[in-house]
Amino acid sequence: MATLPTDPMVPDPYRVGQVWKETSDTFTLALEPADGAACSGFSPGQFSMLYVFGVGELPISISGDPEDPGRLIYTVRSVGQATHALVSRKPGEMVGVRGPFGGCWPLAEARGKDVVLVAGGLGLAPLRPAIYQVLRHREDYGRLIVLYGGRSPRDLLYRKELAAWARQPDTQVLSTVDYGGLSWRGHVGVVTSLFRYVRLQPARTVAMLCGPEIMMRFVTRELESCGVQAPDIYLSMERNMKCAVGFCGHCQYGPYFICKDGPVFPYSKVRSLLEKHEI
Amino acid sequence: MAEKRQALVEAGQIERLIEVLHRRGYEVVGPTVREAAIVYDRVEKLADLPVGWTDEQEAGSYRLKRREDGALFGYVVGPQSWKKYLHPADVRLFSAQRQGETFRILSNPDPPPPGRYAFLCVRACELAAIAVQDRVLLHDRYRDPIYQGRRDGIFIVAVNCTQSAATCFCTSMGTGPRAHAGFDLALTELVGPDHHRILIEVGSEVGAEVLAELEHFEASDDVEREAEQAVGRARSQIQRRMDTTGIRDLLYSNFDHPRWDDVAQRCLACANCTMVCPTCFCTTVEEVSDVTGDHAERWRRWDSCFTQSFSYIHGGSVRSSAKSRYRQWMTHKLASWIDQFGSSGCVGCGRCITWCPVGIDITGEVGAIRGATASAGENDHGNT
Ligand SMILES: Cc1cc2nc3c(=O)[nH]c(=O)nc-3n(C[C@H](O)[C@H](O)[C@H](O)COP(=O)(O)OP(=O)(O)OC[C@H]3O[C@@H](n4cnc5c(N)ncnc54)[C@H](O)[C@@H]3O)c2cc1C
Ligand code: SF4
Ligand code: SF4
Ligand code: FES
Repeated sequence: MATLPTDPMVPDPYRVGQVWKETSDTFTLALEPADGAACSGFSPGQFSMLYVFGVGELPISISGDPEDPGRLIYTVRSVGQATHALVSRKPGEMVGVRGPFGGCWPLAEARGKDVVLVAGGLGLAPLRPAIYQVLRHREDYGRLIVLYGGRSPRDLLYRKELAAWARQPDTQVLSTVDYGGLSWRGHVGVVTSLFRYVRLQPARTVAMLCGPEIMMRFVTRELESCGVQAPDIYLSMERNMKCAVGFCGHCQYGPYFICKDGPVFPYSKVRSLLEKHEI
Repeated sequence: MAEKRQALVEAGQIERLIEVLHRRGYEVVGPTVREAAIVYDRVEKLADLPVGWTDEQEAGSYRLKRREDGALFGYVVGPQSWKKYLHPADVRLFSAQRQGETFRILSNPDPPPPGRYAFLCVRACELAAIAVQDRVLLHDRYRDPIYQGRRDGIFIVAVNCTQSAATCFCTSMGTGPRAHAGFDLALTELVGPDHHRILIEVGSEVGAEVLAELEHFEASDDVEREAEQAVGRARSQIQRRMDTTGIRDLLYSNFDHPRWDDVAQRCLACANCTMVCPTCFCTTVEEVSDVTGDHAERWRRWDSCFTQSFSYIHGGSVRSSAKSRYRQWMTHKLASWIDQFGSSGCVGCGRCITWCPVGIDITGEVGAIRGATASAGENDHGNT
């Protein structure tokens, strides 16, 4: 684990290394510690607070390989001022990094079991480190099933990698889109429609979900109807965050602070909260 | 060295107390009258205190009045709390300087004040509030160094209440009107027809050292009894009640209670209650740049769960209705706080009741949800 800086609100300086364009509005950035400092490690599912000079700071999940030391990788969709500033950084420019924060995907608990990952849109980014981890330690896990839904084919992230993952042993990768277009020969429809192509063995399945809340609600229902138990389903939650260390109060979700008690929660802990509007 | 646990001084010795604290390097802050309210500010001498003043508080109203006597501490809590000093409304977290393509982070948070604080006249409910914020900002997973820099080494002079306001309900929350722990010295003011004295209880070694510098006498049993009675007077004046039995589950299980719609009709979502509340700790962070754009600063500022932007995530606010925001505030104070930090987030100081422009009363709202008329606040909401 990384050692905590004395002031948890002051970022460490990182430099932008490579930048990859994923879609028209989404970019992946690799950040390396400036001044040759050691790079903080992380566990799949954790996030950082990224600071852009003169603009502000925002929570972004780490989307890279936890066993690739020396850099931290993030996939960012430009939706507003701060994310736009972030994706506009050029190699060599600086970004402040705090973290990593939050808990991680239950990869230890999932050992020896089938791992089912369900992502909606950008939700694939925080799940990618889990995919890397499972593939790197392939013999520790049963089947790997990745179900991924996006708006359109052009909005799908990591398309080359999706194809490469699908060729791995005991691995099933299915993508679907809301609007296919003429050249799309894959699935069309919501992500839950992909469940009919997989045969789950509920007793030996651990599921991890990330995406819009509405999508996660439907997926949990689907998983439960397949017989997967609530404690074996995990979701990553999102709320406004100003500090990531439990001070600002913004990320409260019922009794929890998503920054320190989450963002990954077992479904059994948040099930009743998910049903509450405006909580 | 520690001597007697209790001693008696003449009221005039408070002048000396202030002097001694200054001499020991403390910045003394305490109640003073400013713009028709008692607020906390620097206290240089006894005359800076609201001598001979008292306050009248009701839901949605606050008024200062002259007292018949020259009591030094004959009022209760005003619109401010000690979080003004320990968890200030605006602090700089760090600044950053652009250098060509890059920038440098200068870790220069707002420094704590040059001297340590001595808080003069901290009420029992406020001691409880400080303990609540300590739990949040010092004893959780992370520690806030800014709070700690201001909190460490402060000297606390508590004052036991000998009268209460109509909005006080510390007795329901188990926090007052008497201070039991968390102070260096605790004062009980005794005003009689022919005497004006203060019983001082020692709570720490430093407290004992400070007391030793005052002209003090042994406190007789009679004096102790008089002090007990004086605090008992405050206790028996307290009319407001909040029944806290099973309150966490009460609120969790009443997420859809119609009372939330009712309160939403009255609530202006002005955030006053959160600003005056001594335990509310929420903040936001703001980026401030100079005209050249080469120097930027990160400022942390008090924020409130009553604002629309508080829960904003891309696409809209999670809590867009006033109803959901009042519910979040009250449920956090009285229910989720228990899960998060092991205590209630409300100490019963009554500030949110007094300073609500439309007089919404947290005790009345709890009473209504409980479906009981257990609370005095129950009947008088909605008036100004
Ligand atoms: C734990 C976590 C992980 C995240 N991971 C990623 C990721 O990997 N990639 C990615 O692109 N986005 C991620 N987000 C969302 C990202 O933080 C928001 O898109 C971003 O804050 C929007 O800022 P903006 O200024 O560009 O947009 P605006 O819509 O202009 O937002 C204004 C302000 O509102 C707040 N805000 C808006 N949306 C969110 C949001 N969804 N969550 C929290 N605060 C918000 C921020 O304070 C922001 O500065 C994550 C959010 C959380 C909570
Ligand atoms: S709530 Fe209790 S302790 Fe606080 S000012 Fe009122 S009487 Fe004093
Ligand atoms: S909620 Fe109201 S009564 Fe309770 S501590 Fe805060 S301001 Fe005081
Ligand atoms: S993000 Fe500030 S408390 Fe969680």
